[in-house]
Amino acid sequence: MFLKKYISDIFNAVGSLLKGMRLTGFYFTHHKEIITQQYPDNREQLNLPERFRGEVVMLHDENNEHACTGCTACELACPNATIKIITKFDVTPEGKKKKALDTFVYHLELCTMCNLCVEACPTDAIKMAQTFEHSVYDRSQLTKKLNRPGSKIREGVE
Amino acid sequence: MLSLEGITDSIHNWLNHALNPTLAMLSEFVMVGLCVITLFAMLGLVLIMMERKVSAYMQVRIGPNRVGPGGMFQTLADTLKLVVKEGLTPDGADHFLFNLAPFVVLSASMLALAPVAFAKGFQVWDLPIGILYVSAISSVSVIGILMAGWASNNKYSLLGAMRSGAQIVSYELSAGLSVLTIVILTGSLRISDIIQAQQDGWWIFKGHIPAIIAFVIFLIAVTAETNRAPFDMAEAESELTAGFHTEYSGMKFALFFLAEYVNIFIVCAIGAALFFGGWMPFHIGHWESFNHIMDFIPSSIWFTGKTFALIFVIMWFRWTFPRLRIDQLLNLEWKYLLPISMANLLLTTFVAIKGWYF
Repeated sequence: MFLKKYISDIFNAVGSLLKGMRLTGFYFTHHKEIITQQYPDNREQLNLPERFRGEVVMLHDENNEHACTGCTACELACPNATIKIITKFDVTPEGKKKKALDTFVYHLELCTMCNLCVEACPTDAIKMAQTFEHSVYDRSQLTKKLNRPGSKIREGVE
Repeated sequence: MLSLEGITDSIHNWLNHALNPTLAMLSEFVMVGLCVITLFAMLGLVLIMMERKVSAYMQVRIGPNRVGPGGMFQTLADTLKLVVKEGLTPDGADHFLFNLAPFVVLSASMLALAPVAFAKGFQVWDLPIGILYVSAISSVSVIGILMAGWASNNKYSLLGAMRSGAQIVSYELSAGLSVLTIVILTGSLRISDIIQAQQDGWWIFKGHIPAIIAFVIFLIAVTAETNRAPFDMAEAESELTAGFHTEYSGMKFALFFLAEYVNIFIVCAIGAALFFGGWMPFHIGHWESFNHIMDFIPSSIWFTGKTFALIFVIMWFRWTFPRLRIDQLLNLEWKYLLPISMANLLLTTFVAIKGWYF
């Protein structure tokens, strides 16, 4: 009984090792599988994965309208105070006061690209962009205003 | 036909003709020494490049590709960098032993190169106990490793060195027993005899089951003996930073690195000589015409091809298998490899007595 286990152990071990060698051998002979990208050389045809997280951007449509209601859910969700929402009060045609976004301040230098703000956003106003070349000569350039000048909230977004 | 044997013979004759025998011999020593050093440098560059490319392709990467065509000169650039770096000796280290250790390791592998047959009649020293000599010399390098570990005055270095000692001492047994398999079949310890015995087929084919078992055990044991992953307990990057050469830098570190790769080459050359006929072309029994066609490929190419194929297999091991823990390592040797190789030795003896090999 002991001997049987001993011998089957040896055969199982050899079998599993050979399985591993088959995989690495496959990769060795199939150079098409290589996923390395020659980054600075292929800047134009860079092929980033869909879920790559570069920086937070706010989506604007062709009428320069965004979907941010200024609810500050992203600001609360952010673990390291990257986002600061400054709100104002718009007056609706009916004469009611309504809270709206004034400035979406985004500190890229503090951001860890954790995606929590995008998940927290109830109206899908922000998303993660694919840009990643963020180096600048002065730190102040990393503090960004995400809503474009003159933009306003899209009609019907609550 | 131009062959390495012809070149060495003509140099030997010319030297003996021009000088008196003692001087001729001395100048031959110098030439052999220079050749060996050149071979070492070339091997270091080529094997490290090969390792980096092989590992890259196996890990779905590209590997070095910037210096020279296809990254060919990367290792040259690295060597240049190591040469100009400072070879630091730590304050607390035993200076003499610390500086001596890399040379002990390197000269051990240099000595082990002596009986390796590179081509037909092209051998530094065809001594009658070639195989015994190689297995004796290859365990000298453990002295250098222990020396390095002890002299570094660093707990990681010492641990790495002690592990290396335990590992080499135990794996030497099964390596030796698997070598003995072929010695039994051949009846000689001389490398040239072993190769000559494979004139009508390599031992891996002629010796069938026992030879194949011995070959597998040999491959595992020499991987362990050269301290390579999956048996890299001596270096153990994850636990011991770099094991016995933690404190080494610059060219002294490079010598350890070089010795590792030269050792791989030597064990693969010995493995090729034992199981695949060294420089012997691929011969099948008495198929005279087939054998004759095979003879047209020079023996040095056969030798290089076989050796590098074995080196590739060992690299394949390194980049596929997970590392063993030190206790698993010793378990593998004492519980599996040693009993199997002993049983295999018995089987070989039986086969040899009965004449059941081809």
